[in-house]
Amino acid sequence: MTAVREFCEVLERRRAGAYHALTLVAPRIAEQARPGQFVHLLAGQDRSFPLRRPFSIHRVERLGGSGGPPGWSPGGSGVALGTVEVVFDVVGAGTLALSRLRAHDVVDALGPLGRPFTPPETPTGCVLVGGGYGTAPLYFLATELRRRRCRVDFVIGAASAGRLLDAMEAKRLGHSLTLTTDDGSAGRRGLVTDPLGDLLARTRAGRVYACGPMPMLAAVSRVAAAAGLPCQVAVEEQMACGTGICFSCVIPVGAGDGAPEATRMARSCLEGPVFDGAAVAWAELGYPAFEEAAR
Amino acid sequence: MTVDLSVDLCGVRLRTPVLAASGCFGFGAEMAGWVDLAALGGIVTKSVSLEPRRGRPTPRMAETPSGMLNAIGLQNPGVEAFCAGDLRLLADAGTVVVASLVGRSPEEFGRLAARLAGEPAVALVEVNLSCPNVEHRGEVFATDPAAAAGVVRAVKRATATPVLAKLTADVTDLVAVARAVVDAGADGLTLINTLLGMAVDTTTRRPRLAAVTGGLSGPAIRPVAVRCVWQVAQALPGVPIVGTGGIVSADDAAEFLLVGATAVAVGTGSFINPRAVVEVADGLERHLAAAGVGSPAELPALFKAER
Repeated sequence: MTAVREFCEVLERRRAGAYHALTLVAPRIAEQARPGQFVHLLAGQDRSFPLRRPFSIHRVERLGGSGGPPGWSPGGSGVALGTVEVVFDVVGAGTLALSRLRAHDVVDALGPLGRPFTPPETPTGCVLVGGGYGTAPLYFLATELRRRRCRVDFVIGAASAGRLLDAMEAKRLGHSLTLTTDDGSAGRRGLVTDPLGDLLARTRAGRVYACGPMPMLAAVSRVAAAAGLPCQVAVEEQMACGTGICFSCVIPVGAGDGAPEATRMARSCLEGPVFDGAAVAWAELGYPAFEEAAR
Repeated sequence: MTVDLSVDLCGVRLRTPVLAASGCFGFGAEMAGWVDLAALGGIVTKSVSLEPRRGRPTPRMAETPSGMLNAIGLQNPGVEAFCAGDLRLLADAGTVVVASLVGRSPEEFGRLAARLAGEPAVALVEVNLSCPNVEHRGEVFATDPAAAAGVVRAVKRATATPVLAKLTADVTDLVAVARAVVDAGADGLTLINTLLGMAVDTTTRRPRLAAVTGGLSGPAIRPVAVRCVWQVAQALPGVPIVGTGGIVSADDAAEFLLVGATAVAVGTGSFINPRAVVEVADGLERHLAAAGVGSPAELPALFKAER
């Protein structure tokens, strides 16, 4: 697999609740993209030399085909141009520039980058846990898991109802959908981890996949470990290059060389963004020690 | 007009005068999928130390106007792992390897240089005397002419490989430091490293980098770098200089060559465009052809110092 640089026409930029969804015509990236991977985007020819911004891939429609299961058309456009869709929140100058894009504008994209989620070898119950716009890659993943005849159950959380990403889509793709919000404006009040333990037991899940803010990923990894389940988490780290050369986006992971105390800094653009939740040194990142919580 | 882009840098023939700058191209292997490594002028590796270094905590990077701050903290696998891994790949790729060395004392630099002297794949050594992301400012040897010269002497004693000394512009008298390292035996100079900087998040009221301060790179520092190359080239004619600092286009590279650089290195530009090193060289070839200049080495003579 080789990542490419593609100058992409904007097919559509629309509001998705509190977020923006951006659909790019990127046939070469779409062809290779797998769930969990990301694109690294640069909009405009600004002389102020902005850095790229990384976004996990939300949806893919391959050139001449559909990204979804047979008979399922994700965008409903019926036009298979080879597109990649991302979702973002306006948090600074870079995402503000992206939020001003219009159809036919050009975006400079690198992708697909990073290591994708690993699907189970055989049909397995999977629980997908998303927080805020971090839910974005889980729809692409759910599509792939459904194709592999896996049961998919969703838990999606956000600060408030408006920040739940595309709950209807999760409902359509999953066997069940559990919603949580911090303020109780939709679903149950609380965190995604509150209903997670029960759900894992009830669905007899064999795998957990999560994407969202770091505190959530730490907590989901703990719950999965307590249930004895493998858990893959997609992290979002600040990134300059996205290609492994700047060493900005590191997270501490177990060294895996028989020295349990030793950790090393892994580049999330190359070794991630998907990591084994049990391999991340959460304590070093300031979250309760994984081993203690698992006990 | 036929242009020959190749240049001689301290006795080493480079296919083009455009190198990948240290710390901005990983150890080279990362970029094999993006560029033909053998087509580059050369690769200055991320700095290598005797022992592995873990680097700084995150956040390690902050975007700033026309550039960025970084405080990576010299993360590297150590010289043995480098020699066993990435260096093998670079040797097989047939690229010119400039090994960047970093140490905490002249003695450490000397041991590193001795270790790499036995590696035929290393064509040049760059002594990183100026990384601002270290625990103690005393490790920024290039802020003091005597300290910088001491390191260069230790390296020269340990290796016959040509040595570039990478200096910082964060000094009052750069020419004095440059003269000291050349007198100590440096075959050439790399100018400049990142400038020490700082940025504050006014919402959280905290520094934007975990290390508080970091190195400023990108087009924001280019005029400083061009000035440094010009000053040193004036003062020390005949000493080869690799100019670096905010080069993202062929035009930027030409600025450095005009004021006296023998070669240039593209750094932060590779973060935006993984093919920047190649594209700057290609653009330079077109620039020279259009100007009727046959070689990059002819550019310094064409510079008109009077405005």
